This record gives sequence, C-alpha cells and structure tokens, in this order.
Amino acid sequence: MPGSNFNFETIEFLDPNGQLKRPLPEALATRDKLVELYQLMVQTRVFDRAAINLQRTGAMGTYPSCEGQEAIGTGVGYAMNENDVLVPYYRDIATQIQRGVLLEEILRYWGGDEWGMHFQHQAQDFPISVPIATQSCHAVGVAYAMKYRQQPRAVVTTCGDGATSKGDFYESINIAGALALPVVFVVNNNRWAISVPLEKQTAAQTIAHKSLAAGIDGYRVDGNDPIAVFQVLSEALELARNEQRPSLVEALTYRLCDHTTADDASRYRPQQEFDAARELEPLIRFKAYLQKEQQWSDADDESIYADCKKQVKKAIEAYQAFPEQPPGQFFDYMFAKRTADLEQQKQEWLAGVKRHG
Amino acid sequence: MAEWTQLEAVNQAFASEMGRDENVVVLGEDVGINGGVFRATEGLLEAFGAERVIDTPLAESVIVGMAIGMAAQGLKPIVELQFMGFIYPAVDQIINHASRLRNRTRGRITCPMVIRAPFGGGIHAPEHHSESTEALFAHMPGLRVVIPSSPARAYGLLLAAIRDPDPVVFLEPKRVYRLGKQVVEDNGEALPLDTCFVLRDGIDITLVSWGASIKETLEAAQQLAQIGVDAEVVDVATISPLDMGTILDSVARTGRCVIVHEAARSGGVGAEIAARLAGEGIASLLAPVKRVTGYDTVMPLYRYEDQYMPGVNRIIDAVQEAMEYR
Repeated sequence: MPGSNFNFETIEFLDPNGQLKRPLPEALATRDKLVELYQLMVQTRVFDRAAINLQRTGAMGTYPSCEGQEAIGTGVGYAMNENDVLVPYYRDIATQIQRGVLLEEILRYWGGDEWGMHFQHQAQDFPISVPIATQSCHAVGVAYAMKYRQQPRAVVTTCGDGATSKGDFYESINIAGALALPVVFVVNNNRWAISVPLEKQTAAQTIAHKSLAAGIDGYRVDGNDPIAVFQVLSEALELARNEQRPSLVEALTYRLCDHTTADDASRYRPQQEFDAARELEPLIRFKAYLQKEQQWSDADDESIYADCKKQVKKAIEAYQAFPEQPPGQFFDYMFAKRTADLEQQKQEWLAGVKRHG
Repeated sequence: MAEWTQLEAVNQAFASEMGRDENVVVLGEDVGINGGVFRATEGLLEAFGAERVIDTPLAESVIVGMAIGMAAQGLKPIVELQFMGFIYPAVDQIINHASRLRNRTRGRITCPMVIRAPFGGGIHAPEHHSESTEALFAHMPGLRVVIPSSPARAYGLLLAAIRDPDPVVFLEPKRVYRLGKQVVEDNGEALPLDTCFVLRDGIDITLVSWGASIKETLEAAQQLAQIGVDAEVVDVATISPLDMGTILDSVARTGRCVIVHEAARSGGVGAEIAARLAGEGIASLLAPVKRVTGYDTVMPLYRYEDQYMPGVNRIIDAVQEAMEYR
C-alpha cells in the first residue's frame, strides 16, 4: 500500500552463506536460469576488472567500477521486458549487457568516443547519465510517453544513494506519484557517495522511506542477492506496466571499489567495514548456493570464468579495432542539420589541420 | 483573418499545431485549468484534454527533464516555465542534457522540444520577474534561442520551433504580449528560424535588436527620420545561431551599426554581434559599433526599472554619436 507502510522489511532470498530463505520465484526455478544469473554477474565482474586494467595501462580514460553491485544490475536487467526502457546511471553494466549494449561500446564511451553511446542493438535506452540524479527526470518523461500511448511498458531508472539527496530525485518521484507514471526508481545504496557515507547523506531511516513522501510504493531489497532483486523488480514492473503504479526500490549493497579510477577510497573508508562487506558480496554467496543446491562443481565455475574472460578479450579487441572518428566529426551532431556557423567553424578547423597537421 | 495580440498569436500557434500533430503536448505550472499565468495556454485543456495539457507540480527541473524523456520517445513537448527568473533550476537539464543528447548518442536519441518562458522588464512585476538573460542560452552549443517581437512572428516562429528537430528556447517578451494587435492569418505556416527580419529599410545606419526592444528601436527610427537619418531596423529573432549574413549585408550598405538590447551589456549577444562585425565587416564600418543596453547591474525593482531600460532617447543619442563620428 503506497503511503501506509512505515516499516520496510528487507526482502532476501539468499542469505550471505548462500542459504535459500524462501522458495525460488517460479521464473527462476531452473538450473539454467540460475546459472545464467551467475554468469551475468561473473561476466560483469570480469569485465569490470579488465576495464580498470585498461585504464591503469593508459588504454582507456577514467572508469567507475561496479564491483559489488553485480547482483543489482543482473536482477534488474533480468526482470525487464525488451520493450521497457532503461534510464541508467554509471554502475549498471550488468543491466546494460542484458539490454543489448555491447561491452566494447561501454569501453568505447569510457575510452572517449561518443559512438559508445550510440548502441547498435538498443534504440531506446538512455546512455548513462553523469550529472547525478538528472536521469530520474528523463525517466518520468519516457514513462509519460508510454502512458500517453497506452502501452503496457515501463521505465527503470537507477541512481546511487547520494543521488537521493538531490532535488531532481525528489522532483521525479513526486511527479511520478502525482501523475501515476509507469516507472521504477532503483536506488543502488552502496553506502558511499565518493567519500560521504550514508549517515552523512541523510537522516532518513531508510532510503525506501523517501517513497512515503511521494506517495509511491517502496521496497527494500538485499542488493547482494540477484534473486531478490529480480523478484522485487518483477513485481514492481508488473504494477508499473499494468496499473501505472510507480515505485522506489532501495537495493542494499556495498561499493567494493573506489568511486572511479580517479578516486582512492582508502583515504576515507574504514578497512574493517570494507572487509566485512566483502564477505557479503553477491558472487561468493551465489556460488555457495549453486554448490550446495545445484551440483555446481569447480570445473563448472572455471568454465564460466574462462568463457567470460574470452568474451571480454573479444570486446577489448573490438574496442581497439574501432575506427577513429572522421576528423572534425564533433561539429556534425549538434543539430539535425549543421548550421551556417558550424559549417564555417568546421571548414576553419579542417583548414587548420591541413595547414599544421 | 483575425487580429491578435502577441499572446493570442502564441495561443493560436499552440492550438493550430496541437490540432495537426497529436504528438505535441504542453506541460508546465498552471498551464491547464488556469490557462497559464499570462493565459498563453488558455482553452487548450478544454480542446485537447488533460493528457496533452499537463498541469505539473511546481518543479522546474523535472518539468524540463521530463520533456527530454518525452522527446526521446517521439513526443513533441512544449514546456512553459512561468518566468525566465524561474528557469534556473532547469538549466542543468537544458545544458547538460537537452542540448547534448543528439551529439552524445550520435543521433540515436534526439530532443525536439520547446522551452518557453516570458522574459524582460517593463511591466512593473515583482523581483525576479523582469530579467533578460537570453545570452546564457545563446552561449550554449546545441540550443536554438528564438525571440519573437510581433504577433505574426510569435505565431510563425513558435510553429517553426515546435517543428524543429532540436531543442529551442523560445523567449517571449512579455512587455509586448498585449501591446498592439496585428492581422495574422491562421494558416499553420511557420516562419524560418536562423533568419533575421528586416523591419525597416534604411541607408544611413543599421539598428539591430530583438524582442521588446524592437518597439523602442522602431520608434527611434521614426524620430530619426524626422531629423534626416534613415535607419534600417533588423530584428535578429533567432539570437542563436545568428544570421550574421543579413546584419553584415545591411552594415555593408549603411556603414554604421547600433545594437539595442535589454539584457546586461557585458558578455551579451550584442557583444557577439559587435565582435563579428569587427571580424567580418570591418571594411564597411564608418564608425565604431555602439551598444544601447541594460547595465551590468541587478535589474532594479519596478519603481526604478525605467532607469535601467534602454529607451528611445538613449538609442537616438547613440545613433547621433555614430552619425557624427569622423
């Protein structure tokens, strides 16, 4: 019931030891599906580590790792329909993979090329948004268009815990409630906004509580558990698509990485807290569950990792093989048609290149 | 054919285009049942329904951000921001997203939308209701900034703005909203963007202006004619991107130029025009380019706003200085 639930129970299927606390959702009740979830998380982790390495070796620019958030992205992406729309922030790689965004496109963006946001296989999803929380606003507009056209589709938009302090976030959840829009706001609460811990970000009891003021549904879910994230998102999306009921999902996790490759979290993050969070992370518990309940062997695990590494290697090769943009292309996409000024400035730029190389 | 004020012309452009294209939706504070605080959207709710004329909560950033999401889905949102002084919470959305989306996705997602705001002084409004900060937007790559100065241009340019495939900031000079009527044919025909309008031919000096200041500029031209100075008056209309060709052609004939705008002087659009006259038209200049503008001050409260506004006398003084320059 929107507006009436003052206590948000944290929904959890898998505990940190990989013990199943309640029956599997029907949609995930086969070994293949569970392995697929695991593979998506492993794929994300392997990719993420490789991306950091590319940055460290100078082959790519600044990059925001998503280590520790693999379960959120995986569960969110798995719950979305193809014709839903994702309006993401920058730690949503697991979701973007499922939405058809290519790993090499993600590298291409962080490697400084706009074509990384062109998405060959995904026409409608937004590119990641760098200015914090601004994407929440776009999500309600996309949701409005779906409702206007009476389509049973929904939008998922994501942000971090820091974003929930911003006006755009409040304006968006408020208008989503006021206009009854098919949108789910997923908050990746990884406890840190660069160096600011959650305690300094808000005095709210939970982030899910912010849904109360907006009069929308609120959920709190264990963000290290892809099964729980999937289940909550599936229910929230169903209500959004069919009943235009917006919701806010707070997914609890921990940022097991620096904010970006330009950050050094050891300056502000207690090591003890980090070590404790490491024990709760999604890949460890999911593997433990598969081993206990799904006859998962070390050989199976090695084979998944080998496969993911192969995929990432291919993506890096594709990234490195992308053609350079034609000279001066930065003039070409400002407007549908180049203005006279831009045409003149481009010619001036090209002449300069010709003269000076 | 009907006689309309500029405000009625805006309203008619809405009605005309909303009747033609069901992707056009209007959103903003008080645009529905109240018809907008200036009544620019009056009657639209009754004609097109609450799904297309959306009374939003009081939240400028999400109004513009939401329009970006709508535009990305193929709707054509027209945002009304009540006064330019309240546009700033939405500047993040305008500059960081609306103006960049086409470029950053290499054309995959575009942003055909119009952001309307009444602007400018002279109606004795409260604080924050009278500023002219169009240069902020003119400076931003990826935006068109359009300012009508008559009922016919309000109608034709708004239609053009709605049909444009990219975001347009459409600033309406509220001082002339209800000042004078003009016969306008409701034929659904747009006027061209990115083009100046020559409102008066002349051979002695070129007066360049836009928005409400066109009124004083035309009045000055008439008075100047009585003392033997034949001024050409150019309404810039689209202040970004600038149609410098028309201005350069005019100055090539007259040799002199005075730029009139209500906005503060330094870093204004007048400075851009002057720089380009110096860069591309210096050979035709017989006198330094002069600017008659608002000052680099906070807009005074209404009791003293006339002291700030560029009036006819200041324009005539500047013209005479330019004419006497040897």
